[in-house]
Amino acid sequence: MNFDILFASVLNGLTTGAVYALVALGLTLIYGVLHIINFAHGAALMVALYGVYGLKTVFGIDPYLALPIMVPAMFVLGYVLQRGVINRASHGKDENILLVTLGLAIVLENLALLAFKSDTRTIDTAYTLTTVQLGPAFIALPKVIAFFGALLACAVLLTLVTRTDLGRAIRAVAKEKLGAKLMGIDVDHVYAMSFGIGLACLGAAACFLLPAYYVNPQVGSGFVLVAFTIVVLGGMGSFAGALLGGLLIGVVESLGGLFLGESLGQIGIFAIFIAVLLFRPTGLFGARA
Amino acid sequence: MRNRRSFIRQSVAAASALAFPLVGGAQPKAIKIGILHPVTGALAYSGQQCREGALMAIDDVNKTGIKSLGGTKLEVMLGDAQSTPQAGTAEIEKMNEAACAAVVGAYASAICLATTQAAARYNLPHVVDVGVADQIVERGLKNTFRFGPGYRTCAQIAMSNLHVLNTAAGKPAKTVMIIHEESLFGTGTANLLAKELPGFGYDVKEVIKHANPTRDFNNIVLRMKAVNPDIVIPANYYNEYALLVRTMQQQKVAPKAIYSVLGGAASSYKFLKEFPDAADGIIDCNHWFNPKDKRALELKKRTEAKSLYYSYEVFNTYTAVRLLADAIERAKSADRAAIADALAASTFNDHFMPYGPTRFENGQNTGAQPLMTQVIKGDIRVIVPREYREAEPIFPLRS
Amino acid sequence: MARDLTGIVIFALAVIALTLLLSSGVWLNALMMTLYAALLALAWNLLGGFGGQFSFGHALFFGTGAYASAVAQVAHGVNAWAALALAIVAAAAVGAFVGALAFRYGLKGSYFALVTLAFAEVFRILALSAGFTGGGVGMMLPLNESIANLQFGSRRGYVALMLGCVVAALITTAWLRHSRFGARLQAVRDNEDAARAVGVDPYRIKLGATVASAAFMGAAGAFYLQVFQYIDPGIAFGPHVSVEALVGAIVGGMGTLWGPVLGAALLHALGEATRNLFGQLPGLNLVIYGSVLVMIVLFMPRGLAGLGAWRRNERGRHG
Repeated sequence: MNFDILFASVLNGLTTGAVYALVALGLTLIYGVLHIINFAHGAALMVALYGVYGLKTVFGIDPYLALPIMVPAMFVLGYVLQRGVINRASHGKDENILLVTLGLAIVLENLALLAFKSDTRTIDTAYTLTTVQLGPAFIALPKVIAFFGALLACAVLLTLVTRTDLGRAIRAVAKEKLGAKLMGIDVDHVYAMSFGIGLACLGAAACFLLPAYYVNPQVGSGFVLVAFTIVVLGGMGSFAGALLGGLLIGVVESLGGLFLGESLGQIGIFAIFIAVLLFRPTGLFGARA
Repeated sequence: MRNRRSFIRQSVAAASALAFPLVGGAQPKAIKIGILHPVTGALAYSGQQCREGALMAIDDVNKTGIKSLGGTKLEVMLGDAQSTPQAGTAEIEKMNEAACAAVVGAYASAICLATTQAAARYNLPHVVDVGVADQIVERGLKNTFRFGPGYRTCAQIAMSNLHVLNTAAGKPAKTVMIIHEESLFGTGTANLLAKELPGFGYDVKEVIKHANPTRDFNNIVLRMKAVNPDIVIPANYYNEYALLVRTMQQQKVAPKAIYSVLGGAASSYKFLKEFPDAADGIIDCNHWFNPKDKRALELKKRTEAKSLYYSYEVFNTYTAVRLLADAIERAKSADRAAIADALAASTFNDHFMPYGPTRFENGQNTGAQPLMTQVIKGDIRVIVPREYREAEPIFPLRS
Repeated sequence: MARDLTGIVIFALAVIALTLLLSSGVWLNALMMTLYAALLALAWNLLGGFGGQFSFGHALFFGTGAYASAVAQVAHGVNAWAALALAIVAAAAVGAFVGALAFRYGLKGSYFALVTLAFAEVFRILALSAGFTGGGVGMMLPLNESIANLQFGSRRGYVALMLGCVVAALITTAWLRHSRFGARLQAVRDNEDAARAVGVDPYRIKLGATVASAAFMGAAGAFYLQVFQYIDPGIAFGPHVSVEALVGAIVGGMGTLWGPVLGAALLHALGEATRNLFGQLPGLNLVIYGSVLVMIVLFMPRGLAGLGAWRRNERGRHG
């Protein structure tokens, strides 16, 4: 195991982890505020990926330029879904929310199957196969861009949550729902906004992910477990935690794969998951127990 | 205009059927055939391709109908195996009760294992269209017939052909790295290769297993850089294969040959169209049609006219249905036992697969073989065996 | 308790009568798979409905049972019935292990749910790599129909087997509804701290429920292997079984006796009815299935069993 390979593997893990972080950012917000485990997160990512795909193939819009379209669009989708479907169907019970998000996931996945059939689709851009050389390592350009995109998204979210009124309302509801309600905060609206922002993150994630990956109706499911691991590792509700957790998990996955083989190497992720759950459930940066 | 003509044709046919009943008793109105594939779930793409192939075959058969039964047509009962053995089995029960004479399906080995067994309880003949696991035909089930090759045959042919190619080029390749997907077909194929390749004098440096789906192949490609094998042998499904080869291109890893065995994208027109550079030069040992048979190319045109890719699922299932239709023709009956007997004794040769005349032994068509293809000058060309060769193999890709 | 037991007996007799009257393979198969789904839901309900501990990785126990039986039969020639017993024991052992770990560290609510999910994934990955499980190739049970081999020529045999397991699970559920253990379990579910204050040991109670739940899942796993004669890591430990278990219980009504059975029956019927609807448009059937699921939750928030008169404390959100 020479240094070159190790270095390349770590860098690779960081860039992959950045994409995971983008997916996890939305999930951690949704979990942190609404306290629901969003079964539909993977399906929503898939919807976003198809959105980016469609924008490129039908309108010729480059994925990165599609950000200003995808992010608001996914936000609206999230808001509507939460306010119109999830909130209404759940009657406030956690187990019902589970079922509703599960049902939504099934519906979304199969609507995509109906609309796009099941074949895998990729987009072709000028930079898809370009690589950037960093020392002895070649990193695909889209992944480098994704890395910085994740940093940017995290910064934006942190600003939103700490500096804006909405952000304050979100934090209030997350910490103490009843108290927030008594203070006059429209909890339902905050819930829907949070869900919307969570899905908006997926919109951004999709823009960064598609150039380096592909889309088909089942693509979301491959990210869900990893995203959950990161949310728990970073601390539910913490953006910085999701970012760092994502990077860490990316590196663990990469090195695990290098040393234990790609199949067994996945175990590193879940070993960490279990260890964190048992010994430090608040995660690296978690605020709530 | 067309409606009127066909109406008249049908009326005449009906009138003549009434006027001249066949001697020997009633003929069946239409023979029901079950077409069972995973058209939803993880395997949806392949399942849908298989179904398309089946439906085109049924259309072709119904142009004349089953001649020995007075032109009786085949009627299709579609089933969705939902990518699980449970759903596949439930569909078999339905097909049995709907009095299907036979079933064609179910693409995936794990599903086929369950469906053939369920069908066996009713002596319902089951033609396996793809399902390459050898266990499918090793259980002594009298109703199971696989027209195409299993993975042991594919692996063995791939190995001996690799040896032939390598020897002809002066033995430039010695070290091998196998990359396979972790479930039934990939693991089975890889195990076989790893066991037998040393016997041919090759050094299997590493066998890497990966998940379905795998999001990123950079690590595997890094290991490839470290190991630097002469030959890379991938055995996996389309998505992973495509990602792997693209990553190799990005990381500038270029072995002497990419030699696939049942490679998911290696002999795929879709992959070729989307990534022509990455696909160039890849060799595959996979299900393929006889390139010299015009009917195969006609079917290709028909498939592409539907905006579908002409993939192995299409032509494998197409010919599986034709095999069945031929057996019904010989059996002169829609009775399950008769059809099973006719299949067992089948010598079906009127097909465009490179199998020669059919001969079943314990449910496996002994003539079934994969072909070696290579992507040369932007097209997929058969390189081995000679009788089907379309182009000279390029081996090694680089010295 | 007597009422519950009478209900169970009537249920069993009804199923037996149905089995003897039905001759259609389709219906017998449907009956068998409905009972199987009911067993999964009943097992989950023991821990989730009565214990308040939601598990997202119940396939962990299912897969353990299935593999235990497979390895015992294939690699060691153990008799199928003995292998079934082994499956139950193995699953219960894994249940004890995971339960002990999770409850010792005070995992509750979503954390508990996620840890079960993680364990299921770990086992799946291990099963993929281990030699004795056949790795990715999975394990195949050789075809050998005989009662001694737990392989029945007709579905009726399997229905009988499943009925036995379901009745056992129902009796266990009924016992939970009327016994001191069950009362303690529900007390822990409703308010763990208060329960501890009155002298209940939450750890032991929850652990007991986990073991029982796991044991039934193990039986279900062994059953699956006998029917389909093939198991692989994806089928054994993947999300399909975990989801099926929790969905049946929640839709039917958690914490009730008949809820899981009703829920499993409804969902199975729904799945069958939609599967080949619109065969030309694959996927539409599942869109309908998912939508119906959402609508069931929308209009029947307490599940099917909640449609009747039934009182239950409103549960606080768990941490």
